[in-house]
Amino acid sequence: MMDISQHYPALIIAIPLFAAFLCPLFKERIKALATLAILALLATLIFVVLLAGQVYTSVAPITYTYGSSSPGLTLPSGYHVPVRIIFEIDGLSILMALITVILALVGAIYAYSSIKDESGKGKFFALLLLLTVGALGMVLTGDIFNLFVFLEISSIAGAALVAYYNYRGEANEAAFKYITVSSVGGVLVLFAIGILYSEYDLLNIAALGNAISTTGLSTLDLFALALFVGAFAMKAGTFPMHMWLPDAYGEAPAAVNPPLIASTQASLYALLRVTYIMYGGAVFNYTTLGWVLIVLGVFSMIFGVLMALKQNDIKRFIGYTAVSQVGYMLVPFGVGLSTIGDDVAFGTYGITALQAGLFHMINDAIYMGMLFMVVGCVYHATGKRNMEELGGLARNMPLTAIFFMIGGAAVSGVPPFNGFASKIMIYESIYNFHPLLSIIAIVVSIITLGAYVKAFQGIFLGPKLKEFENVEEAPTSMLVSIAVLAALVIVFGLMPSLVVKTIIAPAANALVNPYGYYAGVLGGV
Amino acid sequence: MLNTGFGYWEPIIFALTFLLLGCIAYFIYIRGNPKHKKVGEQLKPFLSGNPEPAKELVHIRGRHIYWGFKEAFAPVYRKLDEMHDGDVRNYMLWFFGILVILMLIFLGGM
Amino acid sequence: MINWEIVVQNFPFLVVGILMAIGVYTVTMKRNLIKIVIGVEIIESAVNLFLITLGYVEGAYAPIYTMAPKAAENNMVLPTPQALTLTAIVIGLAVTALMLALAINIYRHYGSLDVRVARRLRE
Repeated sequence: MMDISQHYPALIIAIPLFAAFLCPLFKERIKALATLAILALLATLIFVVLLAGQVYTSVAPITYTYGSSSPGLTLPSGYHVPVRIIFEIDGLSILMALITVILALVGAIYAYSSIKDESGKGKFFALLLLLTVGALGMVLTGDIFNLFVFLEISSIAGAALVAYYNYRGEANEAAFKYITVSSVGGVLVLFAIGILYSEYDLLNIAALGNAISTTGLSTLDLFALALFVGAFAMKAGTFPMHMWLPDAYGEAPAAVNPPLIASTQASLYALLRVTYIMYGGAVFNYTTLGWVLIVLGVFSMIFGVLMALKQNDIKRFIGYTAVSQVGYMLVPFGVGLSTIGDDVAFGTYGITALQAGLFHMINDAIYMGMLFMVVGCVYHATGKRNMEELGGLARNMPLTAIFFMIGGAAVSGVPPFNGFASKIMIYESIYNFHPLLSIIAIVVSIITLGAYVKAFQGIFLGPKLKEFENVEEAPTSMLVSIAVLAALVIVFGLMPSLVVKTIIAPAANALVNPYGYYAGVLGGV
Repeated sequence: MLNTGFGYWEPIIFALTFLLLGCIAYFIYIRGNPKHKKVGEQLKPFLSGNPEPAKELVHIRGRHIYWGFKEAFAPVYRKLDEMHDGDVRNYMLWFFGILVILMLIFLGGM
Repeated sequence: MINWEIVVQNFPFLVVGILMAIGVYTVTMKRNLIKIVIGVEIIESAVNLFLITLGYVEGAYAPIYTMAPKAAENNMVLPTPQALTLTAIVIGLAVTALMLALAINIYRHYGSLDVRVARRLRE
C-alpha cells in the first residue's frame, strides 16, 4: 500500500481541483453541490492539519517533487540544480494554507443558503473551489513560475465570482476593474520572472535565492525586485493601488468574500517570500525596502479608515476597513525587514514585529470573513445594502447583531478579542522603531471603532421600522458558518500565547532563515 | 499569557475582571430607587412642548452620524474624492506611478 | 554615435520596450472599454515576446532531441522559455475572454462602452 503520508502536498491541491471539475455535472442541485464542496474542503483541511504536524516536527522544510521516484528527491544523481516542480512547505506556508482552507470551508457552508435562488450554482461552486486551489497553490509552491500560474488562476476565478450577480450592472463593472488591474499586475510579475530567468537560468525559489546570495545583486535584480514589490503590494491592496478592493469585495456574493480574502493574503505571502527569502540571502540595504513597506502601510491605514467613515453602502464600508487592516500588516513586516541586519534591535523587537504581523494576518482573515458574512446576512434578509434605508434590525435579527458587535470589536482592537492580542504586539514592537508609527496605529484603531459604532447604529439600533416587519433571522447554515468564525475570534482572543507559540513562532522563524529554505531543496549548501 | 516582549497581556484575567465588575454594577442597578413611581407624564420625552413624532421618523440614518467629523475634514475628503472617481484609467495610472517611484528608489539609492 | 550593431543584435528587446509603452498608453489613456482590453493584450504580447527572446543564447541545447543535424548540436534555442510562453498565452486567452464577456455585460447594463459612464462605483 502506498504510503500516503508522503503525498499530502499533492493531495491538498488535487482534491479540491478534482471536486471543482466534478461540480458542473450537478447542474442546479444545491444540496449535492454543497455536500461535494464541503466534503472536499473538509478532506483538504484534514490533510493540511496532518501536513502541519509533519512540518512542525521536522527541522528542515518539507519538499515534494512532482514526477520523481520519491518525493524528497530534489537533486537527482549528477545534478547540482533542482529539476521538476518542487513544493517546499515551511512554517509560513502551512500557516497560510490553514487560513485559506478554513476560510474556504466557511464560505462553502455559507453558500448553501446564500445562493439558493440564483442560477448557475454548479459553476459557482466550481469557481469557488478553483479560487481555493489557486490560493493554496500560491502558498505551498517553491517554484516562482508556478506561483505566477496559481496567482492567475486565483485572480481569474475571483473576478468571475465577483461578477456572479450579473443582473446588477455594478457587479460587472467591479469585476472588470478587478481583472484589468490583476492581469496587468500578473504579467508584470511574469516580466520580472523572465528577467531573473535570463540571469540565472533557474526557476526554483530556493535555487534562485542561493544564486542571488552567491553572486550578489545586480541592477537587473533590483529592477525585478521593484516589479515584484509593486505588483504583489497592489494585489494585496496597499494604499494608492487599493481602489479595486472595495469595489470587488463590495460586489462579490458574501459566500465568496472569505476565499477572496484568503487569495489577497496569499499575495501578501508572495511579497514576503520574495523579499525575505528569495532576496534575503543577498546583502543589500534592507532599511530602504523596509521604509518603503512602512510608508505604504501607514498610508493604507490612515486613508483606508478615512474613506470608510464616509461610506453608506455596508459592504463597501467593510472593504475600506479591510484596506486599513492591510496597512496594519505591512508596517510590522517593514519594521522587521529594517532591523534584519542589526542583531540587537532584531532580537529585542524585530522578531516580535514579525510575529505580530503574521498573527494579525490570521486574525484579520477571521474577523473580516465574519463581518462580510454578517452583512451578507443583512442583505439576504432585507434586500437593501444602504445604511440610509436600514435601521432597527436588532429586534428581528438578534444573533446577527451580536455577531456584528463581536466582529466590530475585534477589528477595532477591543480586548479581549483576537484583534487586541495582535494589535498590542504591533503597537509595542513598532514603538521601538519609531514612536510616531505606534501613535498613528492607535489613532487609526480608535477611528475604526468609531466607524463600526456608526455602522452598528445605522443598521441594527433604533426603532423598529415598518418595512422590516417580516424580516426574520438568517438561515441556519449562514449562522453556523459565522458562529465557527466567531468561536475562533473568541478562542484566539482568550488564548493568544498558545496560538503564537504553536503556529506563529515557527512561521516567523522560517521568515528569517533563508539559508534553511535554500538547504531544504539544495541539500546542505 | 502573551509575552509581547515589553510586557504581558493576560486576556482571561481581563475577561473575569470585566465580568465581576459587570455583575457588581448590575446588582447596584437592580436595586433601583424604591420611591420612584413609573407613572404618567414623567415617562414621555420632553421636546419643548412639541408633540412627539412617530418612532420611525426619529431614527437617525447612516449619513448624518459623524457629520461634525466629516465637516472638519472636508478638504481631505475633497482631495480623496477626486482620487476615487471610479475610472479604470486612474487605477492603472496610480499602479504605474508607484512602480516608477519604486524603480527610482531601488535603482537609485540602494 | 549609435553603435548600430548592438541595436541590431538586441532588436527584439527594443520591440518589447516599444510594445510595453504602447500597451501602457492604451490602458491608461483610452476611453473605450474594448480598447482597454486590447491594451492589456498588448502588454501581455510584449511580455510573451520578451520571454521567447530570452531563449536565444549561445551554446544552448535542448536536453532531449532526436535526429538533429550535426551543425545544430550546441546551436539551438533554450526550450524552457517557450514552455513559459505557451502557459502565458493560454492565461492571456482566459483573461481576454473574461474581460470581453464583462464588457458585453457592462454595455447591456449601462448602454455605453465609455469608461467615464461605467463608473457607478465611486465615492
